[in-house]
Amino acid sequence: MGVRQIGARVQRVEDENLIRGDGKYVDDIQLPGMAYAAFLRSSMAHAKIKIADISAAQALPGVYAVLTYDTLPSSLVSKTQLETYPAPIIKQSVCPDLLASEEVAHVGQAIAMVIASSRHIAEDACELIQVDYTALRVAVDVVEAAKPEGPLAHSHLKDNIAASIETKFGDVETAFSECDDTLKLSFKQHRGGCHAMECRGVLGDWQQQLGELTLYSSTQCPYLVRRMVSRQLDCPENSIRVIAPDVGGGFGPKAGYYPEEALIAIATKELRRPVKWTEDRREHFTATNQQRDQIWELEVGFKKTGEITAIKGHVTHDSGAFLNYGLLLSATTLMPLPGPYKIKNLHVTLNTVYTNTVSTSPVRGAGRPNAAYAMDRVIDAVARHLSIDPADMRHINLVKNEDFPYQPGSKHRNGSMMTYDSGDYTGMLAMVKEMADYDNFRQEQKQARANGKYLGIGLACFIEDTGMGPYEGVNVRVDVTGNVIASTGAASQGQGHATVIAQVIAEQLDIEISKIRVESGDTGKFPHGIGAIGSRTGVNVGLSANDASGQVKKKALKLASILLDKHEDALELSDGAVRVRSDSNQFITLADLALQLSPAVAGKLPDGFDSAGLEAVSYLSSDYMPHSSGANIAKVEVDIVTGGIKILDYYVVHDCGRILNPMIVDGQIIGGVVHGIGNAMFEQMVYDDAGNPMTTNYGDYLLPLASEMPEIHVAHIETPSPANPMGLKGAGEGGTIPAIGAMINAIEDALTPFDAYIAHYPVTPEYIVELVDSEKIAAE
Amino acid sequence: MQEHEVQMQVNGKVVSGKVESRTHLGDFLRQSAGLTGTHLGCEHGVCGACTVIVDGDAVRSCLMLAVQADNCEVTTIEGIAEADGTLHPLQEAFRNNHALQCGFCTAGMITSLHAFLSENPNRSETEIREAISGNICRCTGYQGIVSAAMEAAEKLAKR
Repeated sequence: MGVRQIGARVQRVEDENLIRGDGKYVDDIQLPGMAYAAFLRSSMAHAKIKIADISAAQALPGVYAVLTYDTLPSSLVSKTQLETYPAPIIKQSVCPDLLASEEVAHVGQAIAMVIASSRHIAEDACELIQVDYTALRVAVDVVEAAKPEGPLAHSHLKDNIAASIETKFGDVETAFSECDDTLKLSFKQHRGGCHAMECRGVLGDWQQQLGELTLYSSTQCPYLVRRMVSRQLDCPENSIRVIAPDVGGGFGPKAGYYPEEALIAIATKELRRPVKWTEDRREHFTATNQQRDQIWELEVGFKKTGEITAIKGHVTHDSGAFLNYGLLLSATTLMPLPGPYKIKNLHVTLNTVYTNTVSTSPVRGAGRPNAAYAMDRVIDAVARHLSIDPADMRHINLVKNEDFPYQPGSKHRNGSMMTYDSGDYTGMLAMVKEMADYDNFRQEQKQARANGKYLGIGLACFIEDTGMGPYEGVNVRVDVTGNVIASTGAASQGQGHATVIAQVIAEQLDIEISKIRVESGDTGKFPHGIGAIGSRTGVNVGLSANDASGQVKKKALKLASILLDKHEDALELSDGAVRVRSDSNQFITLADLALQLSPAVAGKLPDGFDSAGLEAVSYLSSDYMPHSSGANIAKVEVDIVTGGIKILDYYVVHDCGRILNPMIVDGQIIGGVVHGIGNAMFEQMVYDDAGNPMTTNYGDYLLPLASEMPEIHVAHIETPSPANPMGLKGAGEGGTIPAIGAMINAIEDALTPFDAYIAHYPVTPEYIVELVDSEKIAAE
Repeated sequence: MQEHEVQMQVNGKVVSGKVESRTHLGDFLRQSAGLTGTHLGCEHGVCGACTVIVDGDAVRSCLMLAVQADNCEVTTIEGIAEADGTLHPLQEAFRNNHALQCGFCTAGMITSLHAFLSENPNRSETEIREAISGNICRCTGYQGIVSAAMEAAEKLAKR
């Protein structure tokens, strides 16, 4: 033994089951007597409704129950979804009724729930429910909705503004008066939905005799679901166990609390039988949160040298119909400004605006890709205005190594000053330029243009606040067989956390990974947890697993010292046993040590041991938020006739501090980049003027496919974070955050001869042709 | 609704049952045969997650009715490894190359590639990328999957 585990490309412990088809996702679970739920959802974007008749649905053979707002149990604390993240700054908070009562606010909002003996019958019955709709004015376009005279998304509101927030530091007005020149930029950002390959799913199993509810949910945050369902149903948290089994991808929108989770809990209690709901893909497009539109208007002040001195502006953020995820998306849009660039004066305001479209919540990166995009578009716009190379422009403005720890002036949500802990931003820029052969590409580009080929290269640099606390605890317990059980509040949707936890413990205790079993995503196995959001899990569980297993090691050495009658310094832990250094034949196994600490055998704990079992728990987290960072380059070729974009290559230099498993980190980065490419080129959630969703399958809503994706070259630097003892930083979203900016900058760079300005994404072939044509026509 | 008797050979074993006309093969495999390794990702025939092998061809089990598979030979992800549990080269390669994260699309990827490489294992990277262009993966960015397919193809070509 003595094999290094931390930092090694250790194969994932999760894979064995998954490659054999032995995974267990919510829809794979069958319970005796289980019934199936389906939802009747609104077919109109904004209307008054009246449920005219449910009798035909009730009469259909196989239907057990039809629930509407009026027939929801009166024992509920509220028939309206409770706020997940209330905040004093929210001016008007609107959450949906669990089932719509009088007004619907988006196509897809749940109106009635049918529970039947099969999914088919439940869906048949939904079609038999008669609902009368009286159409109301529809707010679809967020700019129109933000105007005082705009159509109201909810008829009881005075306007559609849910909240107004801002980020402000420095002296913006003075900086503008002292700068050499200014530029104005406006652009629209559009990010689609999460599109995890597994849709959402909830299975409730109420055991009347035990007074216990088990709720299986394909959620990123089982503890949040437990808390919210407990509050909504007014039952003790300890009577609810939420299990997130294998979850087929999360990417943000599975982090929320949804009406369906409360409704399935209600249904299983009312019917006293297990009830399962599996979201279908169309429902995923109309009932699962998305991210969608932001309209940005910025003004930038700068010196002739390229130094940017001030930014001001406004963002209009489309909240969708409800604010069921609070202001997290809005906050994470403003908070990361100005990213890795040293801009001392900044004031940006943001309005969160209701529209009659699906609600929004963070999608991979939350608002961070939007903030990064804004900055990288600013950098390129000023570079072009001043005829400075975009790479040089970045070098001029990046935070330098001697600046760390660097405080840009912005604040975290808790009011503390944002601090960039460590990094090498200019070093990464130089490195990615080298990888992409940047200078030669500029030559190649010139020659290609002469031959009527349009090549482009785009850069993006970013920072990411990661590893948010307060904790994601890990309990490490050696059992009497010498195997280790690690339980954690962390939940996973494919990130490989179990592998990373096992690696850390295996290194600390010097045992084989195969002897470690990781239990996660189950509120019955560990008391507290937060959830897999914000690139935080690896950092938090890494620290806690290391700390808890370190404590177990100490405990083992201390006990062995008593039992072997040797000083602790004379002992070492290796290959599953505490051994006498000078005589490896003298040892006591971890299994025996665990047995000694099992009171049933020992009768009494040895002196100095105040806790049972060879186990320890830790909730260690970072002192403050570690910041990951990176520099990306995209190379594209644009066909100006067809509008087609070919991605030639994509380069990433990433810094997530000390790496626990490079294979897993690369997987996160590459997958994240492709998500960003999807946003830049393909993914578009389209609504017509009446608020009807026009893209509700993967024929209409395009996702990146293997045939279009380039080779993504990933390199790392490791600047350990001083914010925690292991030097860790998060890695879950750093692929996505810069990718949209790098891609759009590359496409725009290819179109330099046409002086094109890309004002919105995704950039479709139609848009390319439009950009080229209008500029050509203008030139003629 | 009228029910029909169907019988098929699934992973070498006879599976039979009564199904409604509208029951698709994916639901039949998952619910009647208990083979939940086949995942339903979109039920529009686009994402490829539910791909199984029917009489040698890769088929979207959400687009084929169970009655259409009557008397057919079906292989699902559970039947890809050898009877003694030895992993197929594709499965090995998926693990070696970090070709899966959440695992939801994995069954469809492996069955699609299995059918494709069984026809001819000598394939270029471009051909492999084309072959799985009907299978959506949201986690991996495809790079690990393509590497895995290349590695498995090389092994299969030597068989």
